Amino acid sequence: MRGFGKYAIWVYSGMALVFLMVPIIYTIVFSFNDSRRTNIVWRGFTFDNWLNVCSAQGVCQAFANSILIGLVATVLATTLGTMIAIALVRYRFRFRSATTLLLFLPMATPEVVLGAGLAAQFLQAGVGKGIGTIILAHTMFCISFVVVTVRARVASLDPALEEAGRDLYASPREVFWRITFPLLLPGITAAALLSFALSFDDFIITNFNRGADVTFPSYIYTAAARGIPAEANVIASGVFLLAIALVLISQFSAAARRRKLALTP
Amino acid sequence: MAFGAFATSTTAAEPAARRKSPIALLLLLPGLLYLGLFFLVPLVSLVITSLQQPDPVVFGQYENAFRWENYVTVLQQYWPQTLRAFGYAALATLFALLIGFPLAYFIGITLRRWPLLQALALVLVIAPFFISFLLRTIAWKQLFSDEGPIVGFLQALAILPGDAAITGSAFAVVFGLTYNFIPFMTLPIYTSLERLDLRYVEAGGDLYASPPSTFLRVTLPLAAPGIMAGTLLTFIPAAGDYVNASREFLGSTDTAMIGNVIEANFLVLQNFPAAAALSLVLMAAILILVSVYVKRSGTEDLL
Repeated sequence: MRGFGKYAIWVYSGMALVFLMVPIIYTIVFSFNDSRRTNIVWRGFTFDNWLNVCSAQGVCQAFANSILIGLVATVLATTLGTMIAIALVRYRFRFRSATTLLLFLPMATPEVVLGAGLAAQFLQAGVGKGIGTIILAHTMFCISFVVVTVRARVASLDPALEEAGRDLYASPREVFWRITFPLLLPGITAAALLSFALSFDDFIITNFNRGADVTFPSYIYTAAARGIPAEANVIASGVFLLAIALVLISQFSAAARRRKLALTP
Repeated sequence: MAFGAFATSTTAAEPAARRKSPIALLLLLPGLLYLGLFFLVPLVSLVITSLQQPDPVVFGQYENAFRWENYVTVLQQYWPQTLRAFGYAALATLFALLIGFPLAYFIGITLRRWPLLQALALVLVIAPFFISFLLRTIAWKQLFSDEGPIVGFLQALAILPGDAAITGSAFAVVFGLTYNFIPFMTLPIYTSLERLDLRYVEAGGDLYASPPSTFLRVTLPLAAPGIMAGTLLTFIPAAGDYVNASREFLGSTDTAMIGNVIEANFLVLQNFPAAAALSLVLMAAILILVSVYVKRSGTEDLL
């Protein structure tokens, strides 16, 4: 019975992992489909879609918009969120519980409510919707995730390191930029990557606040009615393979670093 | 990762002596003002919009009023979609837990002896985040389509009648929601199981507890923060989702959820008060459900 149980969890989890991979593999395979107008039936293998990614109308513009929005929203959210994370761990202030509630609520609110709320606000204020309003919206929902990610890093920081800096007559500015910031950098990087990923794949909030501008997800949503061109699969597959490569490199370099540390006495 | 966001914050001990300084205000103010302006003010905008009435002169315009009847109207008109959203989300959360918990246990505990396999399995769980979720959902739609391989196979086995379709059914929508949220369920459970000290489990065995009772009384309580975070990270977005249930994806008009109705009213019909009222109904229902759930599971210090 025990032996069977051990075997069963391998099979069950293996099936679950395969299940997770099915649509990803499907998307990548169909980026090589020799499709004419719609990319539903397999018509044979080709590299054409990869070589002429921008031949589908508007897909590259949408992709460029998504990159731009992702970068700006990431910089804004990471800056604002990191500042809050430092304050939460390091300082005493009133309204602490109200602050944590304000940070928690955006994560506990369905995206459709966040999207409709911002759209109602822009409507009442008479603000035209477009890339600018998308950036404002993405920054908003990324801040909380940045705070959560960076906060753990600030909390695990040894205050003795900064004290040592002060003992050696470093100015507060020097202590921050030469000790605190470099130590926080892995957390800040993780938060920035998470923000970019959230922004890049966001559809629901974007759809309410995009006006006539198109992002990569909203391009796919609109195209879904008449058939998504294989070029969209190419872009998504390219982004996916790049991201996976980066993750694998960082995993293996971290493992290598640990091995090195273990070897040095 | 931020998947511990909803879990209790008992991990790193925060410095006992926090300083009081005006710098704190400088650090907090920009971000909090931003959230005030683009999270709280929009909620107020929703409240104002939800009470508006049609402009008597200009068609398609609305003027501020105090028409609370809007709420009654939308609930009368859209109660099926509202209930359906919560029903589908609850089912998807359950299925995601049934798939995600064993998977998290496998990666966090079974694979401990094989760190390389563990890292690889973890990358596979995170992998869906790197590819557009709309395209993944479309992939299921095409696999499930009437000419697709799955329907053909099931019809050949006579499990499915010859004229039946999968896309557009409640099954397809719950399937899509489950698929999309498995990583959100798995990762927080994994983070709590990965830290689990196996000596506790051994102690259970040493004290003559059977493996199932050790699991129920030791492993499960220690995984509770992760389960709690995972169920919230699945249920909340699933209840508001409108992609899976949309006609162009896995649903049909019979499977419309509250999100679809909000989208249609806001972006297509331009009935802003109805969309705003429904949004607030959704948000209120979720906040009530979440706070009851959080109270009952006894982990109150969120974030």
